[in-house]
Amino acid sequence: MQNERKIRVLIAKPGLDSHDRGAKIIARALRDAGMEVIYTGLRQTPEQIVETALQEDVDVIGLSILSGAHKTLFPRITELLKRRDLTDVLIVAGGIIPEEDVPEMKNLGIKQIFGPGTRTDEIVQFVLKNTTRRT
Amino acid sequence: MFDKGKINEIVKERERWEKTTLPKWMTQRPERKSEFRNHSDTLIKQVYTPEDIKDMDYMRELGFPGEYPFTRGVHATMYRGRLWTMRQFSGYGTAEQTNQRFKYLLEEGETGLSIAFDYPTIRGYDSDHPFSQGEVGVCGVAISSLKDMEILLDGIPLDKVTTSMTINGPSAMLLGMYIAVGDKQGVSREKLGGTTQNDVLKEFFAQKLIIFPPKPSVKLVTDIIEYCTKHVSRWNPISISGYHIREAGANAVQELAFTLYDGITYVESCLERGMKVDDFAPRLSFFFAAHNDFFEEIAKFRAARRIWAKVMKERFHAKNPRSMWMRMHVQTAGFTLTAQQPINNIIRVTIQALSAVAAGTQSLHTNSFDEALALPSEEAVRIALRTQQIIAHESGAANTIDPLAGSYYVENLTNEMEKRTMEYFQKLDDMGGATPAIEKGFFQKEIADSAYKYQKEVDKRKQVLVGVNDYITEEKYPIKVLRVDPKVEKEQVARLQKLKRERNNRKVKQVLEKLHYATEKDENLMPTIIDAVKAYATIGEICDMLRKVYGEYKELIVI
Repeated sequence: MQNERKIRVLIAKPGLDSHDRGAKIIARALRDAGMEVIYTGLRQTPEQIVETALQEDVDVIGLSILSGAHKTLFPRITELLKRRDLTDVLIVAGGIIPEEDVPEMKNLGIKQIFGPGTRTDEIVQFVLKNTTRRT
Repeated sequence: MFDKGKINEIVKERERWEKTTLPKWMTQRPERKSEFRNHSDTLIKQVYTPEDIKDMDYMRELGFPGEYPFTRGVHATMYRGRLWTMRQFSGYGTAEQTNQRFKYLLEEGETGLSIAFDYPTIRGYDSDHPFSQGEVGVCGVAISSLKDMEILLDGIPLDKVTTSMTINGPSAMLLGMYIAVGDKQGVSREKLGGTTQNDVLKEFFAQKLIIFPPKPSVKLVTDIIEYCTKHVSRWNPISISGYHIREAGANAVQELAFTLYDGITYVESCLERGMKVDDFAPRLSFFFAAHNDFFEEIAKFRAARRIWAKVMKERFHAKNPRSMWMRMHVQTAGFTLTAQQPINNIIRVTIQALSAVAAGTQSLHTNSFDEALALPSEEAVRIALRTQQIIAHESGAANTIDPLAGSYYVENLTNEMEKRTMEYFQKLDDMGGATPAIEKGFFQKEIADSAYKYQKEVDKRKQVLVGVNDYITEEKYPIKVLRVDPKVEKEQVARLQKLKRERNNRKVKQVLEKLHYATEKDENLMPTIIDAVKAYATIGEICDMLRKVYGEYKELIVI
């Protein structure tokens, strides 16, 4: 379809860590795959991330965290998203998230966790397949 | 280095070899790739000969250890005299827990401490700040006030150990606390030994743990250098760091060039302050990553020493040879650790560590094999330290100095590194220096491009990573994940709030006002900051006071 809008993705860095190599690579890979990518920059609070997601009307949120604070921050983000009725947004995450935390993160509504070593095209494919496109 | 006639003979022989022997083999056993390149995109030849270093002048480019241009090492005896310092970066949880780990590492034979701080501390927030939630004591130890520092260093004699502190924005506060603990232990400031990372420039484009804008940030760095030069003369006030530049995605040449250019910028700032180059330059130290390409890394370390010596002598007219020394700390590259088949990381770390030793580093941190998964476990930390001990005592690598000198390949790579670094220097000079380059996003773009290029090569398997994109197995290695108990945050916050209630708050108010005044007067802030931490003013309070005057840096986003 010609007028189909591009998939809009928010790549967000919650928490205080500044390891943005992965986040930037993913942002560029998704952009190269034809998506509209908004990258928040570092040190975003859950409130800021959800606000940006709303403002930018995104279809996908990619959370990148390597500080180990995911167990505190991710539940707050998903809770705020629910409160703002952003329930059809695809949420994925990446960074250093121990295997044993993955079920808990998925229960929050995070669709997939991409660990270190994931190929960028794998992430692109996942996003293409799992995004609910809005008009 | 070679007789001209001999070189001509070699050239002739090479041409013959390329026409006769090589083609036969190329048809029977063709090369695996159409071309071979290292991480810095240097085209690697089949074989290197004297022809590749034919213009090299031995005494001018290499010389002897302990002598200009220090390519072969900064000391004349190197590891035959004393081994490098085995310094493992550590810190997590509360000050008590990290204090325990320090004592354990010292018992295991470690010779220097290295403190990792948690993110709130690094960013200049107290443990009870809203930003700190979930981060307290997670990636390092939480230090909000002198109280925490006293517990952290309890029972550790500051005149016997040297301590490296990985801290940048709030360096002055943490160094102030270290000095205060020394004062309490009765250790004079002249006897304190260690390093504060204190390299803010790389923060703007690599590590990005920033508090203040570039100008006041460099001012604070200069304050610390000036103060240490006068009062804490054994302290390395700065560790000019390429490690984070590399981890952020730079290649080896970019790591080298950007780090040394940051060094040039600090020297210029100190000179502008009116300091004499030979007074402060001997205490400048450096920090690099050791990545996977063994020979490329060795060339990088050797080139670093030579370039710095030349810069100090030719650009800044240093007279004291010590001003021309590049003393370096090396850490194996965390980025190269894989979550898949994590035990393989022990081998990666070994190769990386060996490159640093073969190139004459002054101190070394070896990563733990489980760090792509979580904070390192005690077992993994021990293996990492043992790796260094095996290299030191069993491999023979420490028996002679600069063992790879004279390798046609390594010398050629070393020259290439130097040449490309000088090209970057020229470009940066033309841009008006490091700060304008940061403001234009130059470093950021260079690094992001290299990172993306590397990832594409991995994705396409042009760069094989064992266990990640090749030789994949499904089996999972059971990793014991070290976790920081959420109780840590509660206890730390409780301790901090108790302190804030019980200290002499009138005194705190006074010292903070004094600091405000000194900041506006643009004085050297070290003495006032030492007074402030001694009155138990917290990191957050001191940084907030500075934020008021200096403002906060807003990240320039470059994808």
